[in-house]
Amino acid sequence: MFKHKLQNNVTAALVATVMGVAALSPAFAGEAEDKGFEIAARSDRSDLGFKSSEVTAVMTLINAAGKTSTREMYFKTLEKENEEVGDKSLTVFETPRDVEGTALLSHAKILEADDQWLFLPALKRVKRISSTNKSGPFVGSEFAFEDFTSTELNKYDYKFVGEDTFDGMKVDVVERFPRYENSGYVRQVALVDQEVYQVRKIDFYDRKDALLKTLMLKDYREYEGGVWRAHTLEMVNHQTGKSTTLTYSDYRFGTGLEDKDFVKGVLKRVR
Amino acid sequence: MPKTMTAMDEFAVKLARFVIAKRWLVIFATLLATVAVTYGGQYLQMSNNYRDFFSESNPELRAFEEFQDTYTKNDNFFFTIVPESGDVFNNKTMAMVEELTERAWQVPFSLRVDSITNFQHTWSEEDDLIVEDLVKGAEAMTAEELAEKSQIALTEPLLKNQLVSRDGRAISVNVVLQYPQLSPFEAPEAAAFVRALRDDLLEKYEGHKIYITGVSMLNMAFQEAGMADVTTMIPFMYVLLLVLMAVTVRSVAGTVVTLLMIAFASMIGMGAAGYYGVALTPIAMSAPTIILTLAIADAVHILITMRNGMKEGMTKHDAIIEAVRVNFLAVMITSLTTAIGFLALNFSDAPPFWHLGNISAVGIVAAWLMSVTFLPAMMSMLPARAPKKAQTTGESFFGKLADFVVAHNKKLFYGIGLGAVLLISAVPQIEFNDQWTEYFDESIEFRRDADDSTEYFGFYPIEFSVQSTGEGGVSEPEFLQKLDEFTEFLRAQPNVTHVYSLTDIMKRLNRNMHSDDASWYRLPDDRELSAQYLLLYELSLPYGLDLNDRINIDKSATRVTATLTNTSTLETKVFLDAARGWIANNAPDYMQTTVPTSAQVMFTYVAERNVESMILGNIIAIVAIGIVMMFALKSARLGALSMIPNGLPIVVAFGAWALMVGTVGFSVAAVASVSLGIVVDDTVHFLAKYVRGIREKGYDRAGAIKYAFETVGTALVVNTVVLVIGFAYLATSHFKMNADMGLLTALAITFALIFDFLFLPALMLRGSGKMFAGQNKDSDGVEKNVQTQAAE
Repeated sequence: MFKHKLQNNVTAALVATVMGVAALSPAFAGEAEDKGFEIAARSDRSDLGFKSSEVTAVMTLINAAGKTSTREMYFKTLEKENEEVGDKSLTVFETPRDVEGTALLSHAKILEADDQWLFLPALKRVKRISSTNKSGPFVGSEFAFEDFTSTELNKYDYKFVGEDTFDGMKVDVVERFPRYENSGYVRQVALVDQEVYQVRKIDFYDRKDALLKTLMLKDYREYEGGVWRAHTLEMVNHQTGKSTTLTYSDYRFGTGLEDKDFVKGVLKRVR
Repeated sequence: MPKTMTAMDEFAVKLARFVIAKRWLVIFATLLATVAVTYGGQYLQMSNNYRDFFSESNPELRAFEEFQDTYTKNDNFFFTIVPESGDVFNNKTMAMVEELTERAWQVPFSLRVDSITNFQHTWSEEDDLIVEDLVKGAEAMTAEELAEKSQIALTEPLLKNQLVSRDGRAISVNVVLQYPQLSPFEAPEAAAFVRALRDDLLEKYEGHKIYITGVSMLNMAFQEAGMADVTTMIPFMYVLLLVLMAVTVRSVAGTVVTLLMIAFASMIGMGAAGYYGVALTPIAMSAPTIILTLAIADAVHILITMRNGMKEGMTKHDAIIEAVRVNFLAVMITSLTTAIGFLALNFSDAPPFWHLGNISAVGIVAAWLMSVTFLPAMMSMLPARAPKKAQTTGESFFGKLADFVVAHNKKLFYGIGLGAVLLISAVPQIEFNDQWTEYFDESIEFRRDADDSTEYFGFYPIEFSVQSTGEGGVSEPEFLQKLDEFTEFLRAQPNVTHVYSLTDIMKRLNRNMHSDDASWYRLPDDRELSAQYLLLYELSLPYGLDLNDRINIDKSATRVTATLTNTSTLETKVFLDAARGWIANNAPDYMQTTVPTSAQVMFTYVAERNVESMILGNIIAIVAIGIVMMFALKSARLGALSMIPNGLPIVVAFGAWALMVGTVGFSVAAVASVSLGIVVDDTVHFLAKYVRGIREKGYDRAGAIKYAFETVGTALVVNTVVLVIGFAYLATSHFKMNADMGLLTALAITFALIFDFLFLPALMLRGSGKMFAGQNKDSDGVEKNVQTQAAE
């Protein structure tokens, strides 16, 4: 049954390929790969055009014993110019008090290490972090920085797996394979709904292809210009039993941020 | 004979007649019951988790579980790599470690891999903080680069003596795992993987040795030792059984039936454990050996009596009925008391002893029931020839022994009494030692690898969760200062090979933040600064190498790990007490809740936990057995008195052990329960015959003693020999706990026979006759039962 459906989808993808949709993904010739890329691209592009955004976030960490701890932060994001580069973002920590005013500037890259600068108020200095690591835990949470910042289309290779239903929605199941060599994941399985093309759930598989984490993206809201954002992100680590919930307050879009707001020099002034 | 005895005899005769008449029914019912219970065996699992040795209520286990919920699980594989060249800082060894580190992420259930190659080396260049793998591309490194890596690794406190030995002769890779604990095959799967990985690397990089240790290997060793025991010991025990039967019963049919009966009893015991859902440890797996040892006695008693009956000219059926009648009470009492002793193991803190106790108790009861049903039913069907009437040899050996004991009773009483007192006074010298590695003999790979690995690295981690004032408190300068003092204190302790502490990371980061100026290698003196350093550091770490296993989520506590070399339990206690003492005397109030924890801490106190709980269990067993004895002997005073020859041999055995061996694992806690029930058997048989001699035969005390010697002397010696061989054979177990338990029990059983033959009669002859004669004056029905004594 499922297989039959998959066949139909593959056929559809084949037709699409013949009609020239394959041009979107020049590197891959496989049908499932093309369809996977197509779905990811449609999802990613549905969120484009916001130019810049600002939002506050609360992270709640829960350990295996059920104890919790929270961190609050503020994100500013400048939309990427094109799909060959990543977004620029500025993260300002508000709590815990000890790190208040600590600011992280990140210029996301697609296949290389991100450029990152951190301002330490107690040291009154900006330090550039030179690290090839992208999948490490963000401030002790179950999220890696790359897990909750914008998904860059070209960071992955894709493969369409099939269709499914999730939470009452019809969804496409797409596997994505990180192209960055230092990624901590061997693959991810994303569920993208067929109505508004948003990612609803991602399973992360570690280097030995064992299920490591599951991210649930909930409480999607549509903003002006057809931009969708999830407001509750729940990440569960299946191996350690720890979890983290990331809750965004209302987004503000098009706040007039420019490139000059995302340079090293602004870090000292963000407080 | 007293009325109840008659009633018992009548019941036994009726039972025997019924069994013979309905033998097909009895045999069929036995087979059905055996199959039904054995069916539960399919649910049996092999334990491969050291936690199975601790009950849920064990305080050390609870503390450790809580610790692991806060940080991370402590299951691990620890690879020790030793190059023949004598120095690990060469291209080949480094490339090997690099490859192992990379491939170790593929180990099933692995969470984290640490080695010097993926160590996150931090350094600064102007305003850049560079975070990178310490060793990358080792194959192509120049001699200068290797020398630089060597210099960094051997001065880095997080690495030296933990991931590389201080002399650079050995290097290690640590793999942390977290098992989902959904399937019993998780640990074997991971172990098979790392062994294959090891073999592959050894082939690829010649001139190296790899030893694999760690908690996961320990867990495998439990399972492998258990399996090795089952495959070598059980077959031997059955051979032993065949030999014994050939010597004593001299009947093919009897041997076959006994074999079946014992196999059934073992199967029923294990099957019942399956229904109960037991995870089999090597301790629980010694149960079939124990059941076999104990079940032989029941069969031998009945078969010998039957054989003697036929020798006297009885028909086969009459001989069978007579054998059941004569032995019914004794077999029942000995089975019950032995089962009570084993059931007392439930007072232990260690679940494997509950399993051993319960499996054995079920098997013993099953063997008893079969010995009075299945055994006679089968024997009534199978051919049995009447043996030739043997010529009686004048005065028997036991008769002479009895005369000797009576003649020298005073000397024996005081001599043996003095010997016993001397041996008992040595008991406090017993030292408990529960080092995991030494639970296994050298035939187990884990033991060999552990012995080799400890030449280079520590082995036993002790964890501390050091508490601060509250959320974010680990960045407080005063806290870090105290933590540093504690770290230094731990490093100064004997047997400590390595201490992993947050303070080393903070000092390094502070130096990095100040252009790698060595004078800044010190703790930051500002709370915000420390907190921001940590934030910076966390942002730069890769997947799997984070600080989440070192600092709790609200940053109110951090974990300090002290690794001890191969250290005895006593030395570990000294260390733990010193650490507690330091905390009590030096730590601020908020740090006072810091306690040492780890698997090693659990094993360090496992002996105390079990000995304490077993003392209560044994007291209850002694009282229960005493009550059974009072009923069996129909004398409250004799029942109470019997506790002396019952209890003394066990305590004396401990004393002898203290002098001969000195150290013992926590399995010693089980010895008293295991041997108590068995030791009692000798006393039951001896005193029962003594009482019979006085009450029925009208002998005086000396005469009754001689009567007892002559009637049960042979049986007791045969029994003791069987039991001593059976338990002594446990000493060949690959698992030291079984070996200790087996040897100690064999020792206690031997002492029991000595006490029953040489001390008990002397004790009877002391004091007033009335005291030890029992309430014989009012007994009736003596005459008619005289002919029905157990055969000599």
